[in-house]
Amino acid sequence: MPAVQETIDQVKAIDVSEYKYGFITDVEMEKPAKGLTEDTVRYISARKNEPAWMLEWRLDAFRRWKTMTEPSWARVHYPEIDFQDIYYYAAPKMNGAPKSLDEVDPAILDAYKKLGIPLREQEILAGVEPQNRVAVDAVFDSVSVVTTFRAELAKAGVIFCSISDALQEHPELVRKYIGTVVPVTDNYYATLNSAVFTDGSFVYIPKGVRCPMELSTYFRINEKNTGQFERTLIIAEEGSYVSYLEGCTAPQRDENQLHAAVVELITMDDAEIKYSTVQNWYPGDANGKGGIYNFVTKRGDCRGKNSKISWTQVETGSAITWKYPSCILRGDGSRGEFYSIAVSNGMQQVDSGTKMIHLGKNTTSRIISKGISAGRSQNTYRGLVSAHRKATNARNFTNCDSLLIGNQCGAHTVPYIESKTSTATFEHEATTSKISEDQLFYCMQRGLSAEDATALIVNGFVKDVLQQLPMEFAVEAQKLISISLEGSVG
Amino acid sequence: MSAKITPMRSAAESALIDRFPAVKASLPGLASAREDAFAAFVAAGLPTRRNEAWKYTDLRAAMREAAPLAARPNDAEITVALKGPSPLARQGVVTLSFVNGHYVATAGTLPAGVSITPLAQALTDGHPLLGRIGALKLANGDLAMSLNTAFMTDGAIIHVAEGVTVDGPIALRFVTSGATAVATAARVLMVAEAGSQVMLVESHEGQGALAHQPNTAVEIIAGDKAVVSHVRLGLNSAGAVALSTLTADLGSETSLTSVNVALTGAVTRHQAFVRFSGGDARAQINGATLLSGTQHADSTLVVEHAAEPGGESRELFRTIIDDEASGVFQGKIIVQPHAQKTDGRMASNAVLLSENAAMYNKPELEIFADDVACAHGATCGALDDELLFYLMSRGISKAEAEALMIESFVGAAIDFIDHEPIRDILHGLVQDWLQARAARLNAGAPTVS
Amino acid sequence: MLEIRNLHVKIADEDKVILNGLNLKVAKGEVAAIMGPNGSGKSTLSYVIAGKPDYEVTDGEVLLDGVNILEMAPDERAAAGLFLAFQYPMEIPGVATMTFLKAAMNAQRKQRGEAELTTPDFIKRVNKAADLLGIPKDMLRRPLNVGFSGGEKKRMEILQMTLLEPKMSIMDETDSGLDIDALKIVAEGVNARRDPEHAFLVITHYQRLLDYIKPDTVHVMSRGQIVKTGGAELALELEANGYRDYQSAA
Repeated sequence: MPAVQETIDQVKAIDVSEYKYGFITDVEMEKPAKGLTEDTVRYISARKNEPAWMLEWRLDAFRRWKTMTEPSWARVHYPEIDFQDIYYYAAPKMNGAPKSLDEVDPAILDAYKKLGIPLREQEILAGVEPQNRVAVDAVFDSVSVVTTFRAELAKAGVIFCSISDALQEHPELVRKYIGTVVPVTDNYYATLNSAVFTDGSFVYIPKGVRCPMELSTYFRINEKNTGQFERTLIIAEEGSYVSYLEGCTAPQRDENQLHAAVVELITMDDAEIKYSTVQNWYPGDANGKGGIYNFVTKRGDCRGKNSKISWTQVETGSAITWKYPSCILRGDGSRGEFYSIAVSNGMQQVDSGTKMIHLGKNTTSRIISKGISAGRSQNTYRGLVSAHRKATNARNFTNCDSLLIGNQCGAHTVPYIESKTSTATFEHEATTSKISEDQLFYCMQRGLSAEDATALIVNGFVKDVLQQLPMEFAVEAQKLISISLEGSVG
Repeated sequence: MSAKITPMRSAAESALIDRFPAVKASLPGLASAREDAFAAFVAAGLPTRRNEAWKYTDLRAAMREAAPLAARPNDAEITVALKGPSPLARQGVVTLSFVNGHYVATAGTLPAGVSITPLAQALTDGHPLLGRIGALKLANGDLAMSLNTAFMTDGAIIHVAEGVTVDGPIALRFVTSGATAVATAARVLMVAEAGSQVMLVESHEGQGALAHQPNTAVEIIAGDKAVVSHVRLGLNSAGAVALSTLTADLGSETSLTSVNVALTGAVTRHQAFVRFSGGDARAQINGATLLSGTQHADSTLVVEHAAEPGGESRELFRTIIDDEASGVFQGKIIVQPHAQKTDGRMASNAVLLSENAAMYNKPELEIFADDVACAHGATCGALDDELLFYLMSRGISKAEAEALMIESFVGAAIDFIDHEPIRDILHGLVQDWLQARAARLNAGAPTVS
Repeated sequence: MLEIRNLHVKIADEDKVILNGLNLKVAKGEVAAIMGPNGSGKSTLSYVIAGKPDYEVTDGEVLLDGVNILEMAPDERAAAGLFLAFQYPMEIPGVATMTFLKAAMNAQRKQRGEAELTTPDFIKRVNKAADLLGIPKDMLRRPLNVGFSGGEKKRMEILQMTLLEPKMSIMDETDSGLDIDALKIVAEGVNARRDPEHAFLVITHYQRLLDYIKPDTVHVMSRGQIVKTGGAELALELEANGYRDYQSAA
């Protein structure tokens, strides 16, 4: 039997429920009634003790949202979502916000431990070189339970906290920037998020500061029938630098759950934000039952001259992914990058890509996208590169490759390339193919098993993107890709 | 909340909607196909940017008024229309002439094995091949095709018998003419039976600046092992809003070469729908477009590999855009689940000669089979500075160096035509375009209206 | 060491028969050469021995140390000590040569129930072999065979052979596309491993390679069979007279 056929058969036999983060944590939760009305919005805002302007902003978004319809242009199919059948807020019961980790329910700490995310600073410090430390904001359903290393970061002037805390402690900063990159009415899910967002991270890097450690947020959906609406806002002032990572997991449940996040990044002159995502939401079982609907709006605004925003994503989870981390290259000489690995298996549907909007002079962008489809999944790259009239000397290079494993999946490429100035130079290339039988045979002749040979070739295929991840995460991501293609392609 | 939203009809839409009931009794044959196509148009309206297939060509905005459907021309009008020489229909070439969408004459001697029936006559008298008009599902739902089907006035059915090799091309000359702008709807079906070999060339001609609205469709059905070569030349009137469509249904081991050269017209769109219905077919679909002023030209292509082995498709589109013109390339390669071993490669390259020129590229791959090798590439930018410098360092003037580079750039798409006289004619037209550009540059200002 | 009995092979899913009752023996310590005109089935033979999936064995056996290997997967054959130097080595983008070498060496060790190599031990072995073959270090960091010249790829095959220490090596037209210096290096790589424990099957179209790797036996292949067997002098005779006699004889 040809090696590829063998691989295909083994991939077919995979139960996607090999998902390793599918456990449920038993915590007493506080939830308002299911459903979405103005009262829900008021409830969330009141629970977070928000300033009046924030509530007004939310209510405005909610009213707009009611007039909008769900987008249908992506290559994803799912039954209509009943927005009245979702809990919009779910928080572990506590008396006020936890002052320290000791006030956090041990079951939650235990959950993060199981996920391999230590939350006690002393545990993190043990055996870790100072330069390798990572500060974590842990978001459990609708609330941030803890943010580590806040004090140490504050010494450098860096603000890293949950967006709820930011609204209490730095309302003027939040008010100044929120919704300026992703406008309230940007799209259906972003507007919904604006009305009901519950928590997320806030990062502010002052002028000239290089953030002393990696920042990260770990999102965990635990509660049943709950939507997670996170909102993240990162501002890098002139000449500053920050590298930020996010990870996501959820329990294995038969019902679909909605995750509709908004992430806004802003870089001023000469600033740089490097944003990495390892997305591993529960993908549903082999027959497509359950899994997260990941409908996310992520956008960065290179507002300043020579600023840079780089998105790196490893997408292995979710039943449906609808996500286009984008860059608005407004500042002259600014640069946007998008590096993506999207793996789909089982019945997963991925429609992901990026937008690079060149507005300023001498702006450059680079897109490297690697899609791997297996099982009965559908994997689409959708992207836009545009140069406006004044974007003289804009440059883009795009490379989009798809790999197919098995003959029941699909790989699609839908790029839009729009140039309104002759001085812009755009280059786009895309390929779709299967793993070469000849490469597999060559590796096997050297002693590698069919599975190892496939894994090796797949790893080679995604190498250019993996290299963009911080080292620890690259190793993690490599494992995750293997697990996602589990069966043989381990 | 599902209140039906009634779209605001534009003047052109309203006129078209009113027209059909008024004229349908006078249109020949295929009444129910016309009704269905018209219903599809009424439901969709003229396409705008919101229509994904027309994202970069807003036909509703371009076609403000619907020009009246042209009546059959009288002899004097025919004489005027066909007065000038046709670029492709040279002496000795079998030429079917159509004036304002109506068949008027065939010049030259039909080769053995080829039969031609004017479409209006075929529709009225009946014809064994009528059932094959509009048979390619891939083009179903396309707005230009729907309008053509609803209003088609005339055209031709060309039949090439099994195993026949036709010497020399068969030319279709579509001329739009008259004192006022008219709309036309011609339809041609060519069935090339198994093992036949034939070349079909179309020229779309229009004088002056009138805003004619021609909408022409040519359907090719190629039997197993047929070899079909196709050339289309767009030389519409300067104000024309012109639509044209090629559909091709390819049997096993067929070979199709199609080259479209688009030169004039205010807003033009040429679309090709090519389906690999039989295994192991091969198609080369090319486009060469040269634009200036405020012209807008759209090349839209859908290639569907639907048989095993999936065959080989190659697409090469070259666009030159000067002044404030804009170019569009939309190309989609679809590989159906069973079309294993498909090898598809599509390239769109555009050179923008002016800072205000624009190019929109949308190359798509839609792949449902795994054992495939598909790729697309798209580039846009200015002429290569280094090459320009190299040529100038050899003593060639800047203008001449640019002309050389442009000519070789679009020539790459034209050179796939293996009929030398026709290839030479097209190169000559590119030369003419370059001379007109040189004249504009010498005059010191681009011809922007 | 290697024994092939009455081997019949056709291309899978097609009717085309390529090997037609081929018999061959290569003894321990022997260097055997197979020569033959283009299309005689030489490369097919090497692929079938190594287990390439595109072929179907309709009859016969291939024994390695008395065990029929035809039911074994390619990686199991490799672990059993079989190595094929490819005529056209594959490029594997994104996979560093060092990573590949380590994966291959450890995979074989694992199959044989041996412990994995330690990193220092692995690097020491690679460096030693690379020096011997004149392979620069930066080549080892580049993705396997990607952008390598024809000669570099062939040297990389010999490096792999040296590191994997097979008992039975098949060289499929290793001389094609090599200049004389590269040819000598490749030949030295083979000759260095020549001893009573190892056997080689050298497949070639030209006699040239056999000036540097002296064969103990020469087999002439034509139309899917071995049609003549002799000593080293047979190669010279073929060089002088060409293959014409054998093409008609088969």
